[in-house]
Amino acid sequence: MKNEAIRILQKKNKAILESWMKFQLLDEGLREDLMSNDDLRSQSEELLSALTSNLNDNNIEDAKSMGFEQVNDILASVSISRAKQGFSPRETGNYIFSLKNALLEILQQEIKDPQELYMQSIKIGKLIDSFSIDTFETFLRGREDVILRQTDEITEISTPVIQVWDGILALPIIGTLDSARTQVVMENLLQKIVETGSSIAILDISGVPAVDSLVAQHLIKTVSATRLMGAECIISGIRPEIAQTVVHLGIDLSNILTKSTLASALKTAFTMLQLQVTRKNVTNLN
Amino acid sequence: MVVLNKELMTIVREVDVIPFRNRLKEHAVKIGMGLVNQTKIITAASELARNMLKYAKGGKVTLEVISTGRENGIRLTFKDQGPGIANIPMAMKDGYSTAKSLGLGLPGTKRLVSEFNIESEVGKGTTVTVIKWKNG
Repeated sequence: MKNEAIRILQKKNKAILESWMKFQLLDEGLREDLMSNDDLRSQSEELLSALTSNLNDNNIEDAKSMGFEQVNDILASVSISRAKQGFSPRETGNYIFSLKNALLEILQQEIKDPQELYMQSIKIGKLIDSFSIDTFETFLRGREDVILRQTDEITEISTPVIQVWDGILALPIIGTLDSARTQVVMENLLQKIVETGSSIAILDISGVPAVDSLVAQHLIKTVSATRLMGAECIISGIRPEIAQTVVHLGIDLSNILTKSTLASALKTAFTMLQLQVTRKNVTNLN
Repeated sequence: MVVLNKELMTIVREVDVIPFRNRLKEHAVKIGMGLVNQTKIITAASELARNMLKYAKGGKVTLEVISTGRENGIRLTFKDQGPGIANIPMAMKDGYSTAKSLGLGLPGTKRLVSEFNIESEVGKGTTVTVIKWKNG
């Protein structure tokens, strides 16, 4: 015997959709700026028909059963695309919760026996709740993907190698130097040394919040690798407090050419390349 | 000694060190610690956090603001359940490392802070407690 509630829900598909759309459009958090009402309607229609057509006696209490694969797929794609479009968790949550309201409303209209109504409502409630949990998990995963992509982007853009003069490269390091970052820094720097045929590289660490022994080790490695390529490396941007900390830690940087500012590092680089910067003598021009 | 503020943070990934360091800096600024001492405690903290990640695959840090009435300071307790340190006096020596690093982590940290205490049991884990006084 087919469950009464399932039969009603399948028959009343259209009414449910209308009532669901009504709930969604009434909601204050409706984001017409992010999604048009037509899109919303077709998305809702697809989900609802997948839900009602797959609903049967066996799976009404198990949202993870095989019959609901299609529903879960649609929900997953809805929540991931919403996460990426910038919907808030509340807005995504309301989407699925308003479906529950719509389903329960129809059941209430159709089932007259209070006990039966109660039983069916609980079942439908449970089913939709577990769909909601899945939706949230997927939503979070979608957000995490965004964060991961941004992290990658940051690593990518945060290590620019700049050619400041013919034969002189500068590499401002901002943020913490960890192993992965050092790898990127070193790769970029060595590659650029080959490309430009530079003989001096300036590593500026003004933007590095703390130099501990691991950061120092990474710096030393970078300097050694640069030297192996036949270029000289100057570390600049060593702040007074960093200098004191490095000394207390017992890190030996005496083999490395260090300067307090990028300007003085550049000056040293000019001297090494036997270049001279002179002020133009204005009187001679007249 | 009075504990004015207590916070527990878990460090299991390299990126967890960054929020921890920021919290530490906030507290250090709040008690009016000078820039040099701030940098010292932050460096020490990042050193110990890294040790914890490298040898014990993470652990917990308790961040406390303490006061003796005359002076304020910050106490950090790093607790892990890693392999432990078999020979503490050796680990406290400059240049000794089992992992091909500079070998300055523990001895260097000791020089950066006001008070340093390490307890370790092989197979159970290691607890390192450091205190940095505001003017220490």
